[in-house]
Amino acid sequence: MDAVVNWLLMFLPRAIRQGVPLLFGSTGEILTEKSGHLNLGIPGIMYMGGVSGIIGAFFYERFAGDAYIGWLAVLITTLSALLGAAVMALIYSFLTVTLRANQNVTGLALTTFGMGVGNFFGGSLAQLFGEGGSLSVKRTSEVFCKTLPFADDLGAVGTLLFDYGFLVYLSVAIALVVAWFLKKTRAGLNLRSVGEDPATADAAGINVTRHKYLSTVIGGAIAGLGGLYYIMDYTHGTWSDGGFGDRGWLAIALVIFALWKPASAIWGSFLFGGLYVLPAYLNFGDNRSMQYLVSMLPYVVTLVVLIITSMRKKREHQPPASLGLPYFREER
Amino acid sequence: MSEKVVKKHHREPLIHITKRESMAWWKAWSIRGVAILLALAVAGVIIMLVSDLNPVDVYVAMAGGNFNLEDPSQTRMMWVTFQKVAILLCISLAVTPAFKMKFWNCGAEGQTLMGCVAAATFMIYCGDSMQPALLFPLMLLVSMLAGALWGVIPAVFKAYYNTNETLFTLMMNYIAISLVAFLEIVWESPKNSAKVGVINLFTKGGWLPEINGNRYLPVIVTVLLVCILIFIYLKYSKQGYEISVVGESQNTARYVGINVKKVIIRTMAVSGAICGLAGMLLTSGINHTIYPDAVEGQGFTAILVSWLASFNPIAMIFAAFLIIFLQRGAGAIATNFGLDDSLADIVTGIILFFIIGCEFFIRYKINFRHSKKGGVD
Repeated sequence: MDAVVNWLLMFLPRAIRQGVPLLFGSTGEILTEKSGHLNLGIPGIMYMGGVSGIIGAFFYERFAGDAYIGWLAVLITTLSALLGAAVMALIYSFLTVTLRANQNVTGLALTTFGMGVGNFFGGSLAQLFGEGGSLSVKRTSEVFCKTLPFADDLGAVGTLLFDYGFLVYLSVAIALVVAWFLKKTRAGLNLRSVGEDPATADAAGINVTRHKYLSTVIGGAIAGLGGLYYIMDYTHGTWSDGGFGDRGWLAIALVIFALWKPASAIWGSFLFGGLYVLPAYLNFGDNRSMQYLVSMLPYVVTLVVLIITSMRKKREHQPPASLGLPYFREER
Repeated sequence: MSEKVVKKHHREPLIHITKRESMAWWKAWSIRGVAILLALAVAGVIIMLVSDLNPVDVYVAMAGGNFNLEDPSQTRMMWVTFQKVAILLCISLAVTPAFKMKFWNCGAEGQTLMGCVAAATFMIYCGDSMQPALLFPLMLLVSMLAGALWGVIPAVFKAYYNTNETLFTLMMNYIAISLVAFLEIVWESPKNSAKVGVINLFTKGGWLPEINGNRYLPVIVTVLLVCILIFIYLKYSKQGYEISVVGESQNTARYVGINVKKVIIRTMAVSGAICGLAGMLLTSGINHTIYPDAVEGQGFTAILVSWLASFNPIAMIFAAFLIIFLQRGAGAIATNFGLDDSLADIVTGIILFFIIGCEFFIRYKINFRHSKKGGVD
């Protein structure tokens, strides 16, 4: 019994930490998709959020020197992550909303670009400033990793619930706020109507373009925090090329799994995080290959959910009706 | 509120956008050409900032990354460039029929990888024992079937249940990637290396044969053939016509008696099969091994190439060349300056943004308030 509890106490926090980038990413993507825009650029945006954050921290650490202030570092790092991600999302919305470009193509281009920028500056910034080695901002990262002071005194509960950096709590809070916004507010209703049927929303006097822009840019910024969390907290402020991996795509998968509901994305992200780290915790003995079959699970589960929801055709479980389609007022 | 509305009605908006009926092909292509030039200029400035090269040197260095400029008699580098163009072109050709049908196949990565898996299976188990005259046709057939299978699964669900194909095909990619990671351990050699290693290194069993002692030509020639076939298929065959009709409007297609479900499934089978072929060329003709990242994201790049060429197979040759040229060129510059080779992705991204943006000016017309021609009276 003790062994099981100990195993869970090791496994669950890892699952939660692994799930947080996915939660940020999918909350942002849900907000975006509710306006009818399938943003496949989310992986690139998350990369961009991560690299902008680490660049902000890098410069602050360099220029502040002895006058280093922890909270200011966090503020600067977070703001630059938000800015980097929002600019990416702005490129996407300019191309897809104003120039009515194809959303899939634009999103994929954005992902190529974002991953390129991320890996390039993450990999070369230290080089460009003649410091060599890999980019690392340990000092600021420590502030990000700071846990609640009473976490260590509470035993198992402390380890499970309070032993995380502030971004973990922020991810849950943002998901809840977005869920409330979409479901309970007038603006959220308007946004959903834009995603379902932009022509009708337009006729009802809702500014379609503004809703699409705002939801894409804010959604992108939220997703960017996922990259920030990964860099500053999960990897303790060290950039590694391609380290972020396929988490961006997993975040998009999670949107489907959560049936476009941010509140479901919370537990969904922890489940996905668990599936993601599960292979490392299972003992396969000589059967090392099995762990790769296990790592297939999040995608298989998502596929099954996607198939079942499309077969059952239950209204409240469907993607926004105009998802992926451009809107041009004068088109009939 | 009401005052504002009244005010709005008094003035005609500054910009008024209308859809163009059509545009002469040379006009459309010159707009795209200008966009590419603009993008190259922006990319040049960015490379200039991170390296110490002046703009002209940037492009000379890029060319140097693709062709051996110092000694043109050394043709290896050039052949590698063309071979890479061929593979990217092959996958781009593969996604085109589906795209023309407005089926957003983002699964070329997985479909190609399944072709790699099939080819590697043949190389490992039959490479040394089977007669080449039997081995290669069989390998080709099974690779294409494997790719087709990976493409048909999402198509069936799309046809019958209208399941979102973008998301479905995306998920299929990662299932294929995990499958290869799994097989990598099953097939690992030497033991515990977690790598497949070069298959049949000494016997070269199952390696695509050389043409005139040139090991790059088989891939290039095959892809050029595919290019011509796809061009004919899309432009002159009945099936190609059906694809265009379904892509324009499914309702029209139904009205004229086209079986939309059948067209969707059949087209994705073709699309997946060509991806499978690309996978076989990649594994049997180039890599001679298999690993999860074997396709290197080209399944995604191919979508962009196909779109860049407006789904025209001949234009796709140039689009694929442009992308490979930039990627290899930027990669070479990055290596020379000790920078990260992701510089190539940044440059590719910028080009794509410009091309994507310029399509707007091809499809729509912008009328200013006082412009007389074409405006609404």
